[in-house]
Parts: sequence; C-alpha cells; structure tokens
Amino acid sequence: MFWHFLTQPDLWAQTIAMATPLALPALGGTFSERSGVVNIAMEGIMLIGAFFGVFFAYYTNNPWLGLVGALIMGAVISLLFALVTVTIGADQVVVGMGVNIFAVGLTTFLLNTIFGYGGTPTSTPHLPNLNIPGLSQIPFFGPILGQQNVVVYFMLILIAVSHYFLFHTNLGLRLRAVGENPQAADTAGLNVWRLRYLGVLIGGMLSSLGGVYLSLGLLNSFEPNMSSGRGYIALAAMIFGKWTPLGSLGAALLFGFATALSMVLQGSGISANIIQMLPYALTILALTGLVGRSTPPAADGIPYDPHK
Amino acid sequence: MGTCLEVKGITKAFPGVVANDQVSLDVRDGEIHAILGENGAGKSTLMKIIYGLYQPDAGRISLYGQELRFASPRQAIQAGIGMVHQHFMLIPALTVAENIVLGGEPGKVRYRRKENEEIVRELSRRYHLEIDPSAKVGDLTVGLQQRVEILKVFYRQAKLLILDEPTALLTPQEIEELIQVMRRLREQGVPIIFISHKLDEVKRVSDRVTVMRAGKTVATLETAKTTPQELANLMVGREVVLQVAKPPQVPGETVLEVKDLVVTAGRVDKVKGVSFEVKRGEIFGLAGIDGNGQFELVDAITGLLPTKGGQVKFLGQDLTHAPVDKRTLAGIAYIPQDRQQDGLVLDFEVAENFVLRDYFRPPFAKAGQLQAKAIAEHAAGLAEAFDVRPRRIHAQAKNLSGGNQQKIILAREVSRNPELLIAAQPTRGLDVGAIQFIHNKLLELRAAGKAVLLVSLELDEIMALADRIGVIHNGRLMAVIPGGQATREQLGLLMTGVQPGKEEEA
Amino acid sequence: MNKILRGAVTPLVSILIAVFIGSIVMLATGHSPAQAYAALFAGAFGSPVNAANTLASAIPLILSGLGVAVGFKAGLFNIGAEGQYWIGSMVAVWIGYSVPGLPPVLHVTLAIVLAMLAAGLWGGVIPGLAKALVGAHEVITTMMMSYIAIFLSHYMLENGPMMEPGFTPQSPVILDSAVIPKLMERTQLSWGLVIALAAVFFVWWLLFKTTLGFRLRAVGANQRGAKYAGINVPLHLVLALFISGTLAGLAGAVQMLGVQQRLYDSFSSGYGFTAIVVALLANNNPFGVILAALFFAALANGGQSMQLASGVPAHLTDVISGIIIFLIAAKGIAERIQQRWQKRRNLTLDKGAEKCSGTF
Repeated sequence: MFWHFLTQPDLWAQTIAMATPLALPALGGTFSERSGVVNIAMEGIMLIGAFFGVFFAYYTNNPWLGLVGALIMGAVISLLFALVTVTIGADQVVVGMGVNIFAVGLTTFLLNTIFGYGGTPTSTPHLPNLNIPGLSQIPFFGPILGQQNVVVYFMLILIAVSHYFLFHTNLGLRLRAVGENPQAADTAGLNVWRLRYLGVLIGGMLSSLGGVYLSLGLLNSFEPNMSSGRGYIALAAMIFGKWTPLGSLGAALLFGFATALSMVLQGSGISANIIQMLPYALTILALTGLVGRSTPPAADGIPYDPHK
Repeated sequence: MGTCLEVKGITKAFPGVVANDQVSLDVRDGEIHAILGENGAGKSTLMKIIYGLYQPDAGRISLYGQELRFASPRQAIQAGIGMVHQHFMLIPALTVAENIVLGGEPGKVRYRRKENEEIVRELSRRYHLEIDPSAKVGDLTVGLQQRVEILKVFYRQAKLLILDEPTALLTPQEIEELIQVMRRLREQGVPIIFISHKLDEVKRVSDRVTVMRAGKTVATLETAKTTPQELANLMVGREVVLQVAKPPQVPGETVLEVKDLVVTAGRVDKVKGVSFEVKRGEIFGLAGIDGNGQFELVDAITGLLPTKGGQVKFLGQDLTHAPVDKRTLAGIAYIPQDRQQDGLVLDFEVAENFVLRDYFRPPFAKAGQLQAKAIAEHAAGLAEAFDVRPRRIHAQAKNLSGGNQQKIILAREVSRNPELLIAAQPTRGLDVGAIQFIHNKLLELRAAGKAVLLVSLELDEIMALADRIGVIHNGRLMAVIPGGQATREQLGLLMTGVQPGKEEEA
Repeated sequence: MNKILRGAVTPLVSILIAVFIGSIVMLATGHSPAQAYAALFAGAFGSPVNAANTLASAIPLILSGLGVAVGFKAGLFNIGAEGQYWIGSMVAVWIGYSVPGLPPVLHVTLAIVLAMLAAGLWGGVIPGLAKALVGAHEVITTMMMSYIAIFLSHYMLENGPMMEPGFTPQSPVILDSAVIPKLMERTQLSWGLVIALAAVFFVWWLLFKTTLGFRLRAVGANQRGAKYAGINVPLHLVLALFISGTLAGLAGAVQMLGVQQRLYDSFSSGYGFTAIVVALLANNNPFGVILAALFFAALANGGQSMQLASGVPAHLTDVISGIIIFLIAAKGIAERIQQRWQKRRNLTLDKGAEKCSGTF
C-alpha cells in the first residue's frame, strides 16, 4: 500500500539529500532578505558555484579547493549584485533576474569553451560521502543520518550556526534591524550599507555552496543549467519558512520529501507530478495568509536612501 | 542651576527662505524648557541642527560650556543629545530591550539577553518608566513605545532630552502619564526641551518657554508669569495681511453638509465628530495647526479615506460612503495637499494630467477610446489660461516645477465647473505671483456662486479669503467665526486649543 | 510615429553595447568577432529560409514579451509567463485534437480564445487576487503558478489524460482543421506572425488609446494618484495580470497550432525568462518588443551557425543576454543617479518652501 513506502529508509535519506540543495540557498536568501535585500538570484549563484566548483576541483585535483573556489566566485558575484542593488539602489528583482539569466549563459559558455562539448572530465574529484561510525549502524536511522555527503552535514551545521547567529548574537541583531527599519538602525549608529553587503555576501556564498553540492557532492560534473529551478524553489522555502534558518530547513525538507516521494512512487498510481505541485501551492497559500501569516522583514526590497 | 545647552545666533537658510534667523536660547539644568511656535516658525529646523542632521550657516551651540559642532546625528548622540522624534525610530519586530541596546550592545559576540533585559529594567526603575523589556515593540501602545524611545536616549547617557511634539499621537491618558514622567525627570535634574504648539500643555509643564515665529526667537519667558493670551499673541504676531479685494456677498443655499464626522487614521480618531456647512457663493476657511485632523477631514469628504461615523451630504445627496468617482461626478473638485502623490501622475504627460479625473467622459473619450485631439485641445487651452510653463503639453509632468504642477491641478479642478471646490494648501511652496493667481481664481469661483472649502495652514491666507472661518483642533471644530471679525490672536488661541475665556483645552 | 521611433532607440543602444562587449569576450577567447558575427547574421537572416525561421522564433517572444510588458506597465512583475504559456499550449492542443468537424477558421479561433482565457485566468485569478487583496508579491505567486503549470503539463502527458496512446509522453497531433497554415513552405513561419503583429498593435492601442489603458498605466505609475483619479486600483491589478496572462497564453497557442502541432513533455520552453528580457530591453514599448524579440530570435537561431562557422560557442548568446540585462539595470542606474541629484536639489529647495507648512 502507499504507507509501505514511508517505512523505507531510502525515502527519508533521499529527502535529506534532495533538501540540501534547497536548504542552502534558502538559508542564503534568509540572510540577504533579513538584511533587507530581496535576492532572487540564488538560482544563478548556485550555477556559478556548481561550475566553478568543478573547475577548480579539476585543475587542482582537489575537491576541497574546488569548494573554496566556488565560494569565492559566489562571493564575487554577490558583491557585484550588492553594488548594483544596495549602493546604487537599482531594482533588486530585475537585477536578480539578470544575474540568473547571465549565470546560465556564462556557465554554459565557459563549460563549452574550456571543457569542450563532451562535458566535464570524468576524472574530476568529488566531495566524499561520509559514513559516520556508530551513527550509521543504527537501524533505520543509520542510512538516513549517518551516510550522507559531507555537504549535507555542513548544511546542518550551518543551519544551527545561522540560527544562533541571527537570534543570539549582537551582529545578528544588527543585521535584522537593518532589514526591518534601516532609518532607525542608522540613527542608532549602525552602518546600513555595510550590514546589507554582509547579508548579501553570506547569502551568495551559501547559495554557491548549494550549487557545489549538486556538482561535486551528488555528482562529479557540471551540466548546463543543472540547478534546474532549485533556486526558485529555495525562494519559496525561505518564505514558507518565515525567513528563519530552522524554518528554511523545515520547508526544504518538505519540498525534498515531495521530490523523493515522487521518485519512489513512480508507477504507483498517484501521479508524481501532482505531488510535486504541493510545495508550490502551499507557498502561495502561505503568502496569502491562509496557512499562517508569512511576513517578510519590514524593509525588505526597499533600497535605503539616507536622504529620504 | 547651570546652563546645559546654549544656542546663540543660529542661522540657517535654504533657497528662498531663512528657516532660522539668529535663533538664541538657553536651557538650564533641571528645567523643562518649551519651544512654542506655529508651523513654519523654524522649530523643526532648529532641532535638526541641534541633533546634527543639518549644519548651521552661522552661530554656535554649546553643551555645558563646550562649543560643539555635529556633523551627523551619531556625533550628537555621542555628545549627549537625546532626541525623541515625533515619528519614532523603533523596530516593531524586535523587543524593547533589543531596540534600546541596538548599536551599543554590551558584550562582543553573544547577545546577552538576560543581562540586557536587566539593564533595561534598571533604567526603567531609575527613571520611573515602567516597561516590559521582553515585549515586542510592535505590540505596545504608542504611549509605551514613546517610553522605549525615551529609555533609548538614557541608555546612551544623554545629558539633555529633547521631545519633539511628543503628545501628537497620544491619547489623553497617555499625555497625562507623559507629563508625570517629565516632572519626575525634572526632579532628577534632567534638562528637557519640549517642542509643542499646544498652549495648554506648555503652560502646565514647562518652567520657561521660548516662542519662535518666522524663524526668529521672539521671546523667552517664565511660564508661570505669562498668560495664554500673551503667548498666543507672540506666536501669531501682527503681520501684514495679504491685501485682497473681496466684494461682499450673500451666501446661498447649503452645498456641503458635514455632520458628526468621525475619521480614523491608524488607531487614532483623527476627526472626532465635526459638523459644519459650506454654502454657495462663500469661501469657508478651515484653519488649524498641521496634524489636527483637517487633512483627514478633507480626504474623507472627497472619498480618499473611509468614514467611521457621521455623514457627508452634498447637494442633498448622501455621499458618505460613495466612491471617489461618484463624488467627482456629483460636482466636487479637489486640490489635494500632496500634489505629487495624490494630485498628479508624474510619469504621465501634462495633457493626460489635465484630464486625470475626466478622461472617461465625452469629449475626452468615446466608447472607451481616448480622443487625443480633444484632450490636446483642452490641455492647450488650460495651459494657456493658467499660464503653465513650459507650454509643451506632451512633456512629462514630472519635469515641471512645483508651481506649474500645482497650476495643472488647479486648472483641472477649477475648469470642470464644480459646485464645490475643496482646496488643501493650494499655495504651498509657490511664489507670490502664483499665489495671487490662485487666490483670484478662488474668488472668481465665489463670485460665480460656487462653494469653496479652503484648508490652509497659513493664517494670512484664510483671513484674507474666507467668509467664515472654522478652527480645528485635535479633531474637533472649536468655533466658526465670520471672516471679517476674526483677529489673529483669537484664531491663534483657538488653534492651540484654548477657548476664549477658558484656560484649559476644550 | 514619434512614439514608435522613441520605442526603438533604447533597445538599439543596448543591443549595440552588448554586441560590443560580446566582441571583446570573443577576442579574449581567441576568436574573430567579425567572423563570428558574420556567421551569426548569416545564420539568422542569410537566406530566405533562415530569415523565415528567425521570424518564426520571434513570434512566441513577441507575444510573451508583450504580456510581460503589459504587466510592467501596470507596475507588476509577471515572471509567470512561462506557466501561462504552458496553460495556453495545453488548452490549445487539447481543443486542437479533440473537437472534430469544425471549419478551420472556427477551430483555430476557438482554440486560441479558450487558450487565452485559461492562461489569463491562470495569471489573473490567483496571483492577481492575492496581490490585490492581500498584497502578496506577484513575483513569487506567478513563479509558483508557473511550476504548477509545468507539473500539470507533465501530468497530462505522462500517462495522463492528454497522452497519446503508446509510450512517448506527448499529445496526439492536432487535427488539420486546427493548424495555423504556414506563411512560407518548409520553414517554421506560420500565419502566427500576423497574429503576433496584430497583437502588438492591439496592445499599443489598448494601452495608449483607450480609457482602460489609461487606468492601467495610471495604476502602474502612481497608485495613489490613480485612486484620486477615481480608479479602482485592486480591480485593475487583477485585470493587468489577466491581460498579461492571455498574451503569454496566446504565445503558447500560436506556437502549438502553428509550429509544433502537438504538446511535448519538456521542462521549459525557454520563452518565459527571455520574455522578461525582451520586455525590459524594449522598455515595455509594444513596438520595441518586436525589435527586441527579433534580436533574441536572431541570437538563438544564428548562434548555431556561429558556433559551426567560427567556433564561438552558441551560448555566448546567453552571455550577451545577461549583459543586456545588466545594461538595462545600468540604464536604470543612470536614471537613478540623475534622480538622486534632482532629489537632493529639490530637497533643499522644497525644504525651504515646505517648512512653511510642514509638521513641527
């Protein structure tokens, strides 16, 4: 019967694996938007992270350097994004869209120019899957929690750290203040722009890490447009998760579950496609306040003009 | 008592106006010093200079004998200037403690929730400002939010407390509590500057009062030794009234009838049961200090704000809940206070703005299609008649100067031949020539037997034009006086809430 | 006429700059820009067949670009053009193969009208009402509806109600009576081009010559001013998204009935996002949209030839697309810097005047 699937550890392991490339950019978006900058460029930054992860990993023959390289490139494009949206005050949504389109083109172009048309080299090293002793021996939970890719564990740690950072540190408080009421923050002596840059930068690096997971964690190659919309789903996860790290994780797990379920249910009767629609429908409901209010940071998306 | 703050000869000019002209005052330790003045008196500019948002052109400011110049609000805060703005600088989503310590949080990395809340409780005890440090600011009443603002100032170890129109958004109960708070602070030796236009409060709380008018400090008096009449006199002064030839006229039937109107904005009733009438052939002037409900009143009459209670009747028709276009069609024309946001669509062409309220009527539209030629002709004619410059009717409205933008609105509203024209601050920011032009137009309408409701913050304007003057204060109509008989002092008193003969607020 | 010319300047300038930057990239990677662009141009317009195919590729871009542009004019960011395209496609194909016995003109018209209606409702009802009543941001809601539409199409085609008997996830071919005939044989160019051009004129007429268009533009320019003008703002937000959706749906319908003639199971048509760039590039001017759509169609079609002839990867065209967006943002930046200047001037000017009557 249907319920039989729920007892398969594989389903849950897949849920976590599928949730990770959503949770990371969702967490990234949380940072950015908490500081007041709407960032829909997560999709593009994921791609950039994915590509440059492979690029650096191949040329240094070291997956960890690939990861670092990807984070750096993610930071670079985030800085550019922040420059245009925070300092200059251009429309954050339009520019974000621009980054996405640009990233698709750039990564595919570089892929073909540097690696030719046969795909990235198969000798590219990839990030290891961990097998945590003790944890992975536990029946049922073992395979789920003990045998994931290293990036998954990074993600879980980052979520916990982010939660602590945002809600239990002074800097986190300042970041949130800037996203709620930049004018009040300014008169309290905070540097609004610097804090927003920080939010965008952290956001970009996290999205980039999400991309690296796709290319170096799950696989060891880069394919054109491999993020395939996950950046946008992460956006939905962030909103559904009420702009908090734990909420983003929860929402990502929900979405991941839907994806994993659809894979497991193939050919069973209930259409995988209908199930996959659920997370999106839920997001709309959340936005319209029917499934609990989902309110963004008050100054989200409004460039701060100190002369207003 | 020592002198805490000394302001000497502060002058600040903007293109076209001298906002502060040799302003001088001093504030002593442990006194509550009120600054009283009308709109445009220069209080706000002075305060902005004191807390570092503006730099003065001349003059100096000394704090406890030390001359200081602030390049930014941050510097002023650091020097000990504690400003509580009229519009709070608070973050509703954060807690009281978080708001207070923001930017000066103790500790390095960790946010010390318990310690911070204890700090706030300690401050709260010391200054007798009871508050729950863990409450979310957004959940607090405005009165309590104000306490948070004040505590913020003390957390930064302010030496001087400046309250800018603190009672503007408070309920009477909260005002009482604030006055108690101020008295207690005074007992502790905290100097307070209290900016207000409400005579009764100034009388009750302050030790000394400095009256400002037209950018100058007119007098500094001991509050106990002065009377409301004297203060009102100083506030409002004797100035030359704009000479306008106004032929006498007998008003006709009632065109607009407002009964017990109640209008809410936010959580406060801005209009608390106002009743009056406007008749044909007269200009009814509504005077009052900004923020006393007059603009909400007008917005409700024109349909831009919903009415909570009462009635609006126009030519016998009940329009209390009618949509905007119905009122326009019935014959109400409106020149709004915010010309750029409400009166125009700046991105549209001048011609399109000329028909902004009539675009769907013939001859401007036929069967849903705009008739470009008719619109252009109409626009060109109006631009000519009202001298709108430049005459390019296909230019975007945003490229015109403020005065010309206002002319577009005026031309549009006047030329639609309304039965009632409501004009809110119609001559704001305009040069003398334009002001004269608009005044003449209003008088023309009056002569033609139309009704005009003029809402203005300029007493001169109202006194020159109005046949009858209503004074609004704190959402209530204090009195309606015939225009010819009104004096500035009388109006000034009414505007600050003092009924002639009584000392307290009505 | 003036407006039409004005509409063309912005896209042209942006295109020129982007092409220039593209040349630099080519030089940097060791290719000859002249050769590459020549090949690109040849691939796009070199022969009658190529030119016709480029025009054909431009059709869905024109239509969906129009849709996004209408949204922008009303101040709304309709990212969901992709989903609306799919809804339009599904409905058009379904009517196309399941309603026999109709004369061609009627059949095509019926398919198109129902497709437009469905897509319009898809965009207008849920995202539109959510925005109008609750203020929910249309970027997210239309994006979500897009994904739902895509999954819906998958559902229909993968062993679903619209799948053709057999093993391939695709729909049956539409009946002959539903086909939009070709303008030019052995190319992809159909009479859809005429429909697209007609749509451009219709949108231009609607936006600039009717009272409805006046209201939509007013809402997009200044919601408060629109309210003062007596306009029902929430209603027009819904209408704007509805109209926007119908145009994207029309794109889908025309593409299905004129070119593909059946529905394939694919993840994205690629038109949804390109439509956004097209609208931005054209500065939301309906005639500019034609030019911008042509440009991107040329990039797409010519790209392959460019790759074959000069070795420059076809995806450079995507890079150019991205650069264009940055340029558009840059134009916005230049405007913004100018506005800042103005504001600073006006602030000091108005401060003097304003303070005569402001709150103290």
